Amino acid sequence: MSEALVTAVKDICQAHECDRTRMMDVVQAVNDKYGYVSSEAMDLIAEQLSTHRVEVESVVSFYAFLSSKPKGKVVIRLCNDVIDRLQGADRVGQAFVEELGINFGETTPDGQLTLETTPCIGQSDQAPAVAINDVIIPNVSSDKAREIVRELRQHMDPARLVKQHGDGNNAHPLVGSMVHNNIRKRGDLLFTPINRGEAVRKALAMSPVEVIRAVKTARLRGRGGAGFPAGMKWEFTRGAPGDRKFVLCNADEGEPGTFKDRVLLTELPDRVFAGITIAGYAIGAEEGIVYLRSEYRYLIAFLESVLEQRRKDGLLGRNILGKEGFNFDIRIQMGAGAYICGEETALISSCEGLRGDPKNRPPFPAQKGYLDCPSVVNNVETLCCVTKILELGPASFNEFGSDRSSGTKLLSISGDCKQPGVYEMPLGVTLREVLEQCGGADAAAVQVGGASGQMVGPKDYDRKICFDDLATGGALMVFGPDRNILKVAHAFMEFFVEESCGYCTPCRVGNRLLMDRLEKIMAGLAEPADLDYLKELGQTVKTCSRCGLGQTSPNPILTTLENFRPVYEAMVKEETQGFQATFDLAQAVAEAEKIAGRTSVHAHA
Amino acid sequence: MSQTVTLTIDGAKIEGQPGQMILGAAQEAGIYIPRLCHKDGLTPHGSCRVCTVMVNGRPMSACTTPITEGMVVENDTEQISSLRRDLIDMLFVEGNHFCMFCERSGNCELQALAYRFGITAPKYPYMFPDRDVDATHPDIMIDRHRCILCGRCVRSSQEVDGKNVFQFVGRGEEKRVAVNAEAALADTNVDVTDAAIEACPVGAIIKKRVGYVVPIGKRLYDHKPIGSEIEADGAVTAK
Amino acid sequence: MAKPKIATTSLAGCFGCHMSLLDIDERILALAEIVDFDKSPLDDIKTFTGRCAVGLIEGGCAHEENVEVLRDFRKHCDVLISVGDCAISGGIPAMRNMVPLQECLQEAYVDGPSVHNPAGVPPNDPDIPLMLDKVYPAHEVVKIDYHLPGCPPPADMLWEALVALLNNKPLDLPYELVKYD
Repeated sequence: MSEALVTAVKDICQAHECDRTRMMDVVQAVNDKYGYVSSEAMDLIAEQLSTHRVEVESVVSFYAFLSSKPKGKVVIRLCNDVIDRLQGADRVGQAFVEELGINFGETTPDGQLTLETTPCIGQSDQAPAVAINDVIIPNVSSDKAREIVRELRQHMDPARLVKQHGDGNNAHPLVGSMVHNNIRKRGDLLFTPINRGEAVRKALAMSPVEVIRAVKTARLRGRGGAGFPAGMKWEFTRGAPGDRKFVLCNADEGEPGTFKDRVLLTELPDRVFAGITIAGYAIGAEEGIVYLRSEYRYLIAFLESVLEQRRKDGLLGRNILGKEGFNFDIRIQMGAGAYICGEETALISSCEGLRGDPKNRPPFPAQKGYLDCPSVVNNVETLCCVTKILELGPASFNEFGSDRSSGTKLLSISGDCKQPGVYEMPLGVTLREVLEQCGGADAAAVQVGGASGQMVGPKDYDRKICFDDLATGGALMVFGPDRNILKVAHAFMEFFVEESCGYCTPCRVGNRLLMDRLEKIMAGLAEPADLDYLKELGQTVKTCSRCGLGQTSPNPILTTLENFRPVYEAMVKEETQGFQATFDLAQAVAEAEKIAGRTSVHAHA
Repeated sequence: MSQTVTLTIDGAKIEGQPGQMILGAAQEAGIYIPRLCHKDGLTPHGSCRVCTVMVNGRPMSACTTPITEGMVVENDTEQISSLRRDLIDMLFVEGNHFCMFCERSGNCELQALAYRFGITAPKYPYMFPDRDVDATHPDIMIDRHRCILCGRCVRSSQEVDGKNVFQFVGRGEEKRVAVNAEAALADTNVDVTDAAIEACPVGAIIKKRVGYVVPIGKRLYDHKPIGSEIEADGAVTAK
Repeated sequence: MAKPKIATTSLAGCFGCHMSLLDIDERILALAEIVDFDKSPLDDIKTFTGRCAVGLIEGGCAHEENVEVLRDFRKHCDVLISVGDCAISGGIPAMRNMVPLQECLQEAYVDGPSVHNPAGVPPNDPDIPLMLDKVYPAHEVVKIDYHLPGCPPPADMLWEALVALLNNKPLDLPYELVKYD
């Protein structure tokens, strides 16, 4: 064991006070420094954090961006989200493979470059996109991919790949990113100029209970997808016994096709932090945590600087804005590549330095959350809405939106439309109006709510985007008439199989079974009865799964089956001889044919 | 002040203690709720989902859901049995369960549940995953082909043995039980007398040299279905 | 009226299930009273002579000929029954399913410690059926109406199942008979 490693790991652990619950930070720091967490490093970390080696291994092996095997100095991660694929990610991938001379999942023989795929990195409006270490390169072509590799071979510095900056704060010196905001429509609510400190000041002029009442009067519901009334969540957390409470901001934005939180964090970080501070005041917390997905790490230096400025301005820290006794601060917890961590209890597990397994409920986070303390978990956009409720007053907030869904909703629109990007629309807007605005009026299908949402067709375009009808976290993926719906559903299932945490049986096994049978259907190896099989299996997975992932993962199949049934029916045919259509003799003997160097007499009859 | 909580399970009124889970309260009342990852005395895990019941019409795992006053629980219905059969089928096709030569056959809880539910063949295709065997320890063997990821060994080692021999690593389909050592079980502080070894409901963790000692016909589930010991205990007049 | 016919076959099995059928002892005489045996290793009839009421399948499908035979059974039998664990799950032969086919052949015919094969290559006569990529349970190849598990299924179970089916009674086997070992 090298002395240097011992010292480095010790330093890293001590920088986190050898706190077992900060395991995520520790293993990420080690991974950053060495490109992986070696077996020796695991032993050292376990020793420093007074835990067991297998616990360290457990965490490292859970997250896609952590590795227990050496990787290249630079890791190229091509986004293989369905939108990216429709826009040519496969060709880009091929270019990377050819130029690097390695396949996906491999490292160049000189140990310099690793090539991987990764699920949606939150750039679907500028797809195909690639993450090179922390640097995001949007709109990559195959030519560009070759150029990137050649250039990297010369200097191995991903930062130097950034040629011109995106708009807004993407050009901020601490961001320096090529990413574009693509804010296509600014509503009159969130994307309005911010008067720093106003919302917090107004909140502090009220009692915490009054703040909660204001949020309830505004009928604010969670913007992440679940739509739980925010005021009620705060009230439960405030009322829960416990001296120490927490506000957790869910910035894990992993739902494929969603990227609006990235834009909020880039352009309105003060709103986000103000919302967290107000939530802290309302529930009686002194600590807030932003759980930031690893794919947005290029924003961290900038976000830290905003936090620092807020501390200087008295908007964070002790006796905020002179309010005696209100102390509050915020830290950023980096994720490490796991969709499941967007689930609130999995997010808490991850913040606690554990695998991102969801927790059993009850108890709910409001009763027992982060470190077993009452905690509130809110989406980035929800917290931004809070600041507007404080600034304008709940009555004005209510004027936006429809009867039972107040406020605006940020929509992340991607796919086959002329203007992909972020749209701030009043809740209650019809899908048709949205499609017209984004230049996607000829859409054959729209996936509402990301991979876990529902696929709807033209007959549903007059439905409203709101909590009582088409409820969504905001992702709209538009598919034109030429797209293969089954391929899209398959891509989503691939995603869920990859991202299931594996804790519970139906999600771990059922999603794989669903995907396998869908593949049979796509290959023309299925019968009408297989459609019932999908439906029943999908229902079992939805009914029995432990958390929201498995409770929604069959949706791509179930909703396409319901809304696009003819597409499935065209692929299946009745088997009349009592054989299993799913058994393919030609495929089953193919390997033996190759080995034996002769052709099956039965398979090709 | 009332010290008991009253609820109904399939129409039968039962009483339990505040804080008790549905599964435990039912068990004390002589009602068996099928389960695999649950083991009395260990922290509830809620992973196998076999104990799924309808609580006021919503699916919940009985091992992790505390009882509340007036709760209406459905357990033994055709809908729930069908879901449970699906889950058992999934566990069978996910691993490599060669009952015909498994040391745990006849005493295996997964197999016993399949018997109880009258399963003669799984409805899903077998996956035949490639897994490994760890036979490094002189007295204990891990056969991961048979592991159903219930975590009973993980929790028993931590909560009963005061050790940390087992833990999950990997995610999703890659998830597996690892041991607290770089290489293998022989390098851990596991002992053949550990509760964690007894905790395995299937043949994934077995003691060496004691396989097949109980002859066919005398094994736990040869004559009576799993759960009948609970049903025999308490007389509950349902419906 | 002609007696209903029964056919049996052993695919990738060990004939243990057929042995178990013979273990119904003197009841085989009673069985012969009510049925005729068609294609079966028990009477050495190699090809179907006509339509059968019941087909008993032992073993899963390990090679292309198993598939052909099984499909032939499906075509000729009203009711098809998987008998025993190998038909139901692939059984012992399916232990090769975790190993790539090439490696299996290499180990079985070249590298295995007890192999004597001076040629050093796996046998490859055109008459040898090609292996499938893995051993398939019968019900993954054709539709199977009933499954009688066990290794082998007890003679009593086979007897009761046949009697019930031949008399158009529901198959309701007692708990103690349905076992996987």
